[in-house]
Parts: sequence; C-alpha cells; structure tokens
Amino acid sequence: MLLKTEALTKNFGGLTALNKVDFEIQESEIVAIIGPNGAGKSTFFNLISGYYPACSGTISFLGKDMTRTPTHEFACRGIGRTFQTTNLFTDSTVLDNLIIGYRSKTKMGMLDAIFNTSRARRDEGASREKATEVLEFIGLTEVKGQPVGNISQEAAKRLAIGLALVTEPRLLLLDEPAAGVNHGETNELAKLIKKIQQTGTTVCLIEHKVQMVMNLAHRIMVLNYGSKIAEGTPKEISNNERVIEAYLGGTAHA
Amino acid sequence: MLDGMKKSNAKLIAYGGFLAVAIAFPFISPNRYYLTVVTLGFIYAIAVYGLNLIVGYLGQLSLAQAGFFGLGAYVSGLLSLKLHLSFWISLPMAAVVTTLVALLVGLISFRTRGHYFVIFTLCIGVIINLVIEKWDDLTGGVRGLIGIPRPTSIGPIDFISLESQYYLVLFFLSLTIFVMSQIASSLVGRTFKSIRNSEELAATLGINVMRNKLLAFGIAAFFTGIAGALFAGYIRFIGPDISNPHLTFEFLLFLLIGGQATIAGPLVGTLIATGLTESLQFMQEYRMVVFGALLIIIVKFFPGGLVGAAMKLKTKIEKRMNKANKSVNAPSKGENHAAKNRGFN
Repeated sequence: MLLKTEALTKNFGGLTALNKVDFEIQESEIVAIIGPNGAGKSTFFNLISGYYPACSGTISFLGKDMTRTPTHEFACRGIGRTFQTTNLFTDSTVLDNLIIGYRSKTKMGMLDAIFNTSRARRDEGASREKATEVLEFIGLTEVKGQPVGNISQEAAKRLAIGLALVTEPRLLLLDEPAAGVNHGETNELAKLIKKIQQTGTTVCLIEHKVQMVMNLAHRIMVLNYGSKIAEGTPKEISNNERVIEAYLGGTAHA
Repeated sequence: MLDGMKKSNAKLIAYGGFLAVAIAFPFISPNRYYLTVVTLGFIYAIAVYGLNLIVGYLGQLSLAQAGFFGLGAYVSGLLSLKLHLSFWISLPMAAVVTTLVALLVGLISFRTRGHYFVIFTLCIGVIINLVIEKWDDLTGGVRGLIGIPRPTSIGPIDFISLESQYYLVLFFLSLTIFVMSQIASSLVGRTFKSIRNSEELAATLGINVMRNKLLAFGIAAFFTGIAGALFAGYIRFIGPDISNPHLTFEFLLFLLIGGQATIAGPLVGTLIATGLTESLQFMQEYRMVVFGALLIIIVKFFPGGLVGAAMKLKTKIEKRMNKANKSVNAPSKGENHAAKNRGFN
C-alpha cells in the first residue's frame, strides 16, 4: 500500500470541509476522486500533499506517518502534485521551470554556487538532463525556450504535470488535469496520464470529466459534503444509488 | 551551448570594462571631490547589492537593511576604537555579527508574509536604530563614535591616501559583484527567484522555503555588514543616523532606479542617485521633489529600472535585427547564389 488515510478531517472555522475520510491508494494504480463542487476533493488533495495540516486523523505514506510533515518534505518523500489553477513559474521559460523543479534532488549550496565547484556543475548538468528528459516525455520539447506565458493552455497543463514529474514522485496527484481544455486535448492528456502510470508512477486525480475518469481510473472514490459516500470500480460507481442521488439530487427514483 | 558562451563573453567584457574604468578613475577624475563621492557611492552600492538579493531575487521587501548597515559600522567601529583591533579583524567580525543578528531576526520575521513581513522588518530597523542611539555607555549615544582608526595597513600598503581607500572599497565592491553574479546565475539564485514567483509552488516541489529565505537574508546582511564596516573605516565618524530607516529607503530608491534582480542595477542606480544628490545640493531638501518625480516615472514606465529597460531595449533591437536579417536573406536565396557567382567572376 502506498498511501493510507485514517479518519482524515479538516475544519475551516465552523465548516467541516473533510469529515473522517478513510482511503487507501495501492501501488501503480490510477484512482480518481469525484464529487459535486465543494465536496472536499481539493481539500483532500491539499491534506495528502501536505499543503494544509490536518485537524485530526492520520496520513501515512509507504508505511511512514506523514501527518505532521512540513509541505516541502512531501515532495522529497515522493508525493508530487499539480494545482487546479495551473500553477507555474510565470517569469521563466518552459525548460527553466523544469530545471527548478528538480532542485530538491540536488545538493549544491551557497558556497558551491560562489566557487562554481564540481558539485555545482554536476547538479546543474543533472537538472538540465532531467528537465530535457521530462520535456520529451510530456511532449513539449518544441517550446522549451518559450516563456510560460506564450504557450497554450493545454501545453501549460502538460508542463504543470511535468513539473510534478521532475520531482520523481511515487505518487502523483493531479487536480483537474483536463479542466478548461477541449475534447481532443482531453484525450491527449488522458494518454499522457496513462503513460505516466505505465512507467510505474501511481496516479490519483480529481476530475469532473466523467468520461475521462471512467476510462482511466481503476478505482473511484466519491465525496459529498466532505464525507466519503462510495468507493469502487467505475462500473460499481456508475450504478451506485447514493452517487446518483448526490449528483442528481435524489430525483433518480422519481 | 554557443549561446551560453556568447553570454559569458559579453559578461566578461562588461566586467572588464567596468573594472578598467573604475581602476583608471582616480587618474582621470578632475578633482578629489568626485573621488570621495564615488567611494561613498561604492560603499552604499555594496549594501544595495545585499538589498537586491532579498528584494530583487527573493521578492521579500526587507526594511531592516539600514539597521544592519549601522550594526556593521558600529561593531567594526567599536572593535577598532575601544579594543584597538585591526581593521582586518573588525571588518569580518562586523560581517559575522550582522549575519548572526539577521539570521535570528529572519527566523522570526519569515514566519510572517507580505505586508506583515515589511512592517516587521521596519520595526527591526527602528529597534536597532534605537538601541544604538540609547545605549549611551557603549555607543556614545547621539554623540556617536569619533576618531575610528583608518583601515590597518597591510605590509607596505597603507590606506591613508584617498586613492588607496578608493581602491580598498573597489576591491570589496568587485568581490560583492562577483559573489552576487555567481549566486544569481546558479541553481541557488534560481531557487530564490522561484520563491519570489510562487512560494506555494516552490514548497510543493520540495524546496525548503524557510531555509532558502534565511540563506538569502543572511548573505544580504553579510554584505550589508561589510558595507557598514567600510563606511566606519572611511568616514571615521559614525552617529546613530546611519542606522536610521531613512537610509533603508534611500537604498531602496537606488535599487529601484538601477533595476532590481539585475547584476548591474545596484551599482548603476547607486552611482546615478548619489551623483544626482550631489549635483542637486543647491536645492537642499527640495531635491527629494526631483527624486520623487523620478521614482514615479521609473516605477510606472520602467519597473525593471534603468538596467531592466536597457536589457529590454537590447532584446527588442536583436529581435528586429533577426527579423530584418531573415526577411533580407529568406526570399533571396537565388540572389545570394547569383551574388556568389558574380564574385567568382
């Protein structure tokens, strides 16, 4: 088992955004989290990527407790993520984005920088190499020198995924990877996600595009009002009454 | 690869040119007054390079810098005046003490963000200023420290003449610029810039934001401390005024005029602004009217400062030239051929 949460809870003031969620992610599967707007999907992501501290409950990754781990440690331990609003370093180029993404794997410090030591040169070389490799994997080699502001929305989505991949994650969390892109591009992104899983990285995604989720995911968790209401294979989920009720507001039986 | 080499060549030419002019300056300067002004400008520039690292590269507006400048000056001044230590001991001590204080301050202040960080560091600046002013027994209070010894001579080289002091300051300025440009072009500098761009994203990528902020803050304070110590050894009289937050804003003005997050910016901005200050002496305090207007124009139209504007202009010209070259070359392949043939005939 890769990741496990037990009774994971987050309150914002009086609002319980996430209520005692137990969930497990197995190695090298694709799992999806779905649910109506405001169901707590992104909150769940923000907790298991260390972005927010949990109010109660536990998170363990590869058998180690991660509940009190600081944000930046999550990436070092192997959890990479993207954000719902595509989050990139807007003032640099595509390649430079990926280079800085590899920073946590490099060791060079201030003195290495000042004296341009062999370690500094080795680290810069390794970062460039890794960035180029990921660039090819996500299919953006052609625009590598472009400032991030100049590339298309779909390319930006790919780059955001690439930025998470550069950190060499065991578990990749994708928050609405296909939001705001057209049908053809959605299929391309789905292919990319499949490709990532085939290289041995586990993928967990939040997505509203049901078709995409049904085709990609091995397992689906459904959240509603901060609680888990269902979990299972795509087929099970599409026939689950509670899920239909949550999405259609109880009119399914009428 | 080629591009990188071209870039580093251009860099070397820029450095070489600056150094050549700077070394020749005492010989071509028409009077000693200019030399004093430029020496002081160089000292300030070192402090502005520190500010550039935090404000320009890291994106955190620290207003404690004059406090660190004063701290460096007083530590160095007190050590050489009261303990009769050599300048070559008191200067590094000043840098180290300033850095340690900054790290301590940073540990607390970097728990705040945005406006709160600005206000917090302003308060630190005020506190340092007050401690220096009120700790009468140690610092001499408002009377200041008088008769700080000159930088100790090294073997046959002494620092009595104006020229030798100028070269001493130039040495430290060159060192500062070298270190800063090494940092800026390295992964460490890129890390700082990534924090400026998005702290959240940097942390998500596994970058320890707090540690990097402390690192930048410490390095900045280190050089600000050196600048303070040089100031003490050069002016030889220091009062609590040199740690006044007022000076921080002056550093900030220099930085904004020159261009933040550029390597030449702090030097260019400091020299132009101090030059302007001197030439506007006749206006007394009204000269701030000129600076105010200048600052508004720069912030509004040249957010990258003068150096930033120059670099933009350069890329624009290069682009246009590339385009022109292409449009001349592309459709005339046949003509080129013809021209070659003509050449042979």
